[in-house]
Amino acid sequence: MQVQGSNSASTTVGNAATQIEIEGQAGDSNDQYLTFIMADEEYGVDILCVQEIRGWESATPLPNAPTHIKGVINLRGTIVPIIDLRQCFGLEAIEYTAVTVVIVLKVKTEEGSRIMGMVVDAVSDVYALAQSEMRSAPDLGNAVNTDFIKGLVNVNDRMVILLDIDKLLTLDDVKSISKLTADMVSEAKS
Amino acid sequence: MSIDLSQFHQVFFEESIEGLDIMESALMELDVAEVDHEIINSIFRAAHSIKGGSATFGFKSVSDFTHDLETILDQVRDGRRNISKNDIDIFLQSVDCMREMISLLQAGEDGSTESTVELQKQFARMLENEQSEVPGQNAEEQTQQAEAQDCLATIKFVPNKEILQTGNDVVRMFLELQEFAEIVDIKCNTALPAFSEFNPEECFLSWELVVRSDRKENEILSCFEWVSDDALIEYVPQTSTTGASPSDAIAAQGLSSEGSTTESLSSNSVDVAQAKTLAEKEKQEKPKARAATGNKTTASESGSIRVGIDKIDNLINMVGELVITQSMLGQLGTDFEVNQLPKLVEGLGQLEQNTRELQESVMRIRMLPISFTFSRFPRMVRDLSQKLGKNAHLEMHGEQTELDKTVMEKIGDPLVHLVRNAVDHGIEMPADRLAQGKNETGTVTLNAYHQSGNVVIEIADDGKGLDRDMLVSKAVDKGVINQNEADLLSDEQVFDLIFHPGFSTAKEISDVSGRGVGMDVVKKNIQALNGAVELKSEKGAGSTITIRLPLTLAILDGQLVRVGGNIYIFPLVSIVESMQYKEGQVNEIAGGCNVFRLRDDYVPIVELHRAFGVHCDEQENALMVVVESDGEKVGIVVDELLAQQQVVIKSLEQNYRRVDGVSGATILGDGTVALILDIPGIVKLAGENFKAGQAFIASRKQNDLHQQQAVG
Repeated sequence: MQVQGSNSASTTVGNAATQIEIEGQAGDSNDQYLTFIMADEEYGVDILCVQEIRGWESATPLPNAPTHIKGVINLRGTIVPIIDLRQCFGLEAIEYTAVTVVIVLKVKTEEGSRIMGMVVDAVSDVYALAQSEMRSAPDLGNAVNTDFIKGLVNVNDRMVILLDIDKLLTLDDVKSISKLTADMVSEAKS
Repeated sequence: MSIDLSQFHQVFFEESIEGLDIMESALMELDVAEVDHEIINSIFRAAHSIKGGSATFGFKSVSDFTHDLETILDQVRDGRRNISKNDIDIFLQSVDCMREMISLLQAGEDGSTESTVELQKQFARMLENEQSEVPGQNAEEQTQQAEAQDCLATIKFVPNKEILQTGNDVVRMFLELQEFAEIVDIKCNTALPAFSEFNPEECFLSWELVVRSDRKENEILSCFEWVSDDALIEYVPQTSTTGASPSDAIAAQGLSSEGSTTESLSSNSVDVAQAKTLAEKEKQEKPKARAATGNKTTASESGSIRVGIDKIDNLINMVGELVITQSMLGQLGTDFEVNQLPKLVEGLGQLEQNTRELQESVMRIRMLPISFTFSRFPRMVRDLSQKLGKNAHLEMHGEQTELDKTVMEKIGDPLVHLVRNAVDHGIEMPADRLAQGKNETGTVTLNAYHQSGNVVIEIADDGKGLDRDMLVSKAVDKGVINQNEADLLSDEQVFDLIFHPGFSTAKEISDVSGRGVGMDVVKKNIQALNGAVELKSEKGAGSTITIRLPLTLAILDGQLVRVGGNIYIFPLVSIVESMQYKEGQVNEIAGGCNVFRLRDDYVPIVELHRAFGVHCDEQENALMVVVESDGEKVGIVVDELLAQQQVVIKSLEQNYRRVDGVSGATILGDGTVALILDIPGIVKLAGENFKAGQAFIASRKQNDLHQQQAVG
């Protein structure tokens, strides 16, 4: 797991790298984003959506579910589905280890909020980012759906892709994104 | 400053609906021959509260309507009017009408309906008749009234300081008074304390009113009925006709000082925010619910329940015990030594007991007596038997039997249908009954009781019972069974036919039966609650329908099974038997579907690992669980049977979505999630998988063919 030093908020990593508490608040005008790494690319999600970060534990598989739905886990009495974001984005699947991280998110949907877990490679950092720093995602025409990308942002010469979690994890769309994202990431890089 | 009264509307609606329920049940109890004053009083009180409330909130349509009703009721109360069966019918109609008006108001519409106008006309007629009747009957009273014609009276009204805190509004009372009497003069006396002791929520005013009226004392004072305990009220008739001239200044003073005190009302309100959110929520939910259920009573839709204080106290005790156990275990844990092990085991045992008791008490909070559902039946049976020209009497037993609120809400409609059926199809016409030597009045009995962790509801009638021959001929007509089969069926199997979709024994569709809720829907609804329904009938003696329901929907008796590395849970109620799965007894019939020979029967087989696409052990040691779904037996192949235990049902849909073949999930003792199987769903799934498999094979064959062609 990869944890970088942080500039605006302090992150403490638990023993088994299972739990990260985020403290401190940045300026009011800035939104805070939790970033994570997947296939050497850094992604960010609005920290207010993040409920907790946990280590991977085996999930109960659901019958006839798409491959990126890993199953459900017991989160203190609530049944929470786990999504592999790698597989969801059409990236190569990797084996889960003790340090694989699940980000538990609260997603707003039309029927109310739901809780979901998202398997990522590693949690990276917390940034306070102003709306003005954000660049909109490149318009790739109708071929690629970029609705779930809130914007791109440059932090320390690294590009961070900010995801709109509410749109990303609306389950019906998840599948359609799969491959498109991979294309988009590679294009955004070039 | 005006206060937003709309935040209290929801409370008013709920109270009014409760009041209407009281009125309705009291009216049902009312015996025309011997009028019980207590019952009349309770009807009057309910009507009066609704009137007062609706006037306060400015629902003029309701308050006008109830006012007329109240006037008639008042006459009944005073013994000035005899009540007839017809009157009770009108009152019952008024209750329905008010219910409708209130639900209209709830939807934010104006409350008047056609029936309102119609009934108000009837009220007027009743009142007119009364006026022409009374003078002949009661000469004394007439003279009294005549005397009262020009009577001036002084009413001294000295409220207690707390009167405003109970939500009473003096201005409204005076306005109401004006309906009875002309207020000639208002004198307002103030008894203001020193400023330091002044409390804006208290009332320091008292009034002297001079009124001119032709009404009697008690009628005039009825305006003050709500506050009679909180105020000193004196009525002094004046003999002199030279009343003091109206003093506008004083009146104005009295009214304006009132205006300021009404503001304090808002600060008295309890949980304003809560009431508001509730009201908003209700507003959002109501239209949907209304659309779905039409004009049914709204009482069952409200999202709150009243819980007895004893239940809450009990719960608090349990939590107290839990805290003690927890602290004991905590202490034990801080410096634990091996020789304390027995103590630890004991502590854990205690914890288990505490938890179980706590769970049971919490469940009990959701339990309501079944009388909430039963209460609508007396009225229904009465109306229905009148309409059909039958004499039917409803007996109810075990109204206090408690049932989970959710279960109760869902069982309401099926029960209505069954009771309706009992009156419509079961009970014969009075003449027929007499001819058969039965009592002219048929009896429908509703009985509810607990039996081995289930709630049993019985609907019995002493009517004509089911006619086997008629059922059989109907079933043959509709092609449900053929004649050969029919002769072999047992009575129970024949009676079961009425639960078959598309099977109605009603000869014609009336507005009583044939409303689209067939017996098959009743059965389906009950099965959806994990319940069962049974029918016993004897020709000429009546039928009994027995419904068995689980106490609650939140907990399920489950059989844990293992398939490969996964654990699944079967609802115990659906399991018929389990047995060794022997390949030799499996036959493949046309279409690739496997069946298993179970004694004289063949049951289709579903291999769970295949239906769910998971790995399994070797088939040699496999077991088969025979389950029943929709009357069909199906064998489900699993690897191993594990324990039986009660499981708490958790929703998958809350955070995910519906999964075919799975009705929910639960958390096992080790913290992992296990899925609860949806038996009808699995059967369907197996069928679909089978089709998909066929399609796959077909497409592969076609590919092979193409390849061969390409090679060729």
